[in-house]
Amino acid sequence: MKKSKWQIFTNGLFKENPVLILLLGCCSVLAISVTVQGALGMGLALTFVLVGSNVVISLLRKVIPDKVRIPCFIVVVATFVTLVEMVVEAYLPDLYDALGIFLALIVVNCIVLGRAEMFASKNGVVDSLLDGLGMGLGYTLVIVGIAVVRELLGSGTLYGFRIIPEGYQIGIITQTPGGFMMFGFAMALLIFCLRKKGKKFDPRIGCDGNCGNCAAGCANAVTDLKTEDGGLTAKEGSES
Amino acid sequence: MSKMNLSVSPHIRSARTTQSIMLDVIIALTPALIASVVLYGFRALLLTQISCGFCVLLEFLYEKLLKRPVTVSDLSAVVTGLLVAFNVPVSMPVWMLLVGDLAAIILAKQLFGGLGCNFMNPALVGRIVMMFSFTTALTTYTGSAGLVDAATSATPLADPASYGFMELLFGLHGGVIGETCAAALLLGGIYLCVRGVIKPIIPLVYIGTTVLLTWAFGGVAPLRSALAGGLLLGAIYMATDYVTSPITDKGKVIFGVFLGLITALIRVFGNYSEGVTFAIILGNILVPYINDLTETRPIGANPPAKKEAGK
Repeated sequence: MKKSKWQIFTNGLFKENPVLILLLGCCSVLAISVTVQGALGMGLALTFVLVGSNVVISLLRKVIPDKVRIPCFIVVVATFVTLVEMVVEAYLPDLYDALGIFLALIVVNCIVLGRAEMFASKNGVVDSLLDGLGMGLGYTLVIVGIAVVRELLGSGTLYGFRIIPEGYQIGIITQTPGGFMMFGFAMALLIFCLRKKGKKFDPRIGCDGNCGNCAAGCANAVTDLKTEDGGLTAKEGSES
Repeated sequence: MSKMNLSVSPHIRSARTTQSIMLDVIIALTPALIASVVLYGFRALLLTQISCGFCVLLEFLYEKLLKRPVTVSDLSAVVTGLLVAFNVPVSMPVWMLLVGDLAAIILAKQLFGGLGCNFMNPALVGRIVMMFSFTTALTTYTGSAGLVDAATSATPLADPASYGFMELLFGLHGGVIGETCAAALLLGGIYLCVRGVIKPIIPLVYIGTTVLLTWAFGGVAPLRSALAGGLLLGAIYMATDYVTSPITDKGKVIFGVFLGLITALIRVFGNYSEGVTFAIILGNILVPYINDLTETRPIGANPPAKKEAGK
């Protein structure tokens, strides 16, 4: 089944949202989603890296030898991350401080590497660009969405502006446990909405589902599709 | 027609219901509630009522919203509300208490499927959420209208040696609403044991281990520190929660020793002066494994087959 260009783009937004459905890149989502400002910066930085690396890897997909493809992907990704890092450090020093190590860690972000491996290395340039854009915006949507709730309840502010008066904050929301709670709620909400719309879930999520011709050997490779509950399987091929 | 009834097990039924058990727990908690009103004034009662009411309301609304059978009448939400309120100081702002109730009923209990499915004690989850969110409010003990004056502010756990046995036994010191009057808590505990609601194994082992290890680790006044802080409240009413404690007697002993170890470690070496909350929550998480390890074998049954590798 060939997907249309629009489908490739919207895939990453909801149906195969990289964070809430594919469960990739959760680490930075939990850590950065404390403030809306930081989350927005992180989301846009990741989107840029993702689009850039997807395009370049797609261009080079016939040149890169299969056996050393991962190091090659990393070199491409690292190039874009260094670019972003320098620009952010030069022009947005506040954001640079807020993101800290997580900006540099985009190099090993599993969304970027995952899309390179699962999509860009097998598809054309335009498709890869759209996929990178969709996935990046999907990530941005989630991290900003979680950050809005966390900043509002935990710090009483929104993008730095005070909404709830001082003294009425629930501190745990900005701490790690709050991050996990909101992550879980966001995941439940998305799945609830998708179920409402009657979308079926394919357990072989994150690829075209053609496990017979796939060399990736992921943990959730499905030889015969028996899961008919329409639910998500707990196991995922990769961890963040 | 034959008069023989054929049925599958269970064949022996008890007249006890969740409701009657929870009612017993509420009765057992009443002396501590009365003591808290005497010690800290009328606001203690008010907070408790609000907490209970809000817990019941939350459970009702959640179950209505999800079109589940409404289980408010089993009184478990009332007990949770009581215990959450017992875990806050009398000066606690009401909205903070409500956040604790919300965490207890929705987060810890209903999201996991309601009574019997929660893997952690709901009241303690409420306490933990409040502890991380409102640390200052939860550890500032100022009495208002009762016997305890506003000057006594620190929990005796910080320095148990400076309090006499009688002071600790009757709770004439700062602390959260329900934990201070040791005598009332013990009275309720004895009532629960006599009524057969709980077995005394977990509280005895837990408190015993804590005292012993506090002494062994070189803590101050081990016997008196057993009466101070939330140890009695936790050991008698929270660690013995059916859902989140082991089934067998052997398991209960292991559970009690583990809780005692963690409590003593945190009290003697940790940054927090109180370790009961963390100990019970950690213990709750281990309960399924303890149950697995201490499964009772029917008489004459073969030893359990080793589980196949890779399963």
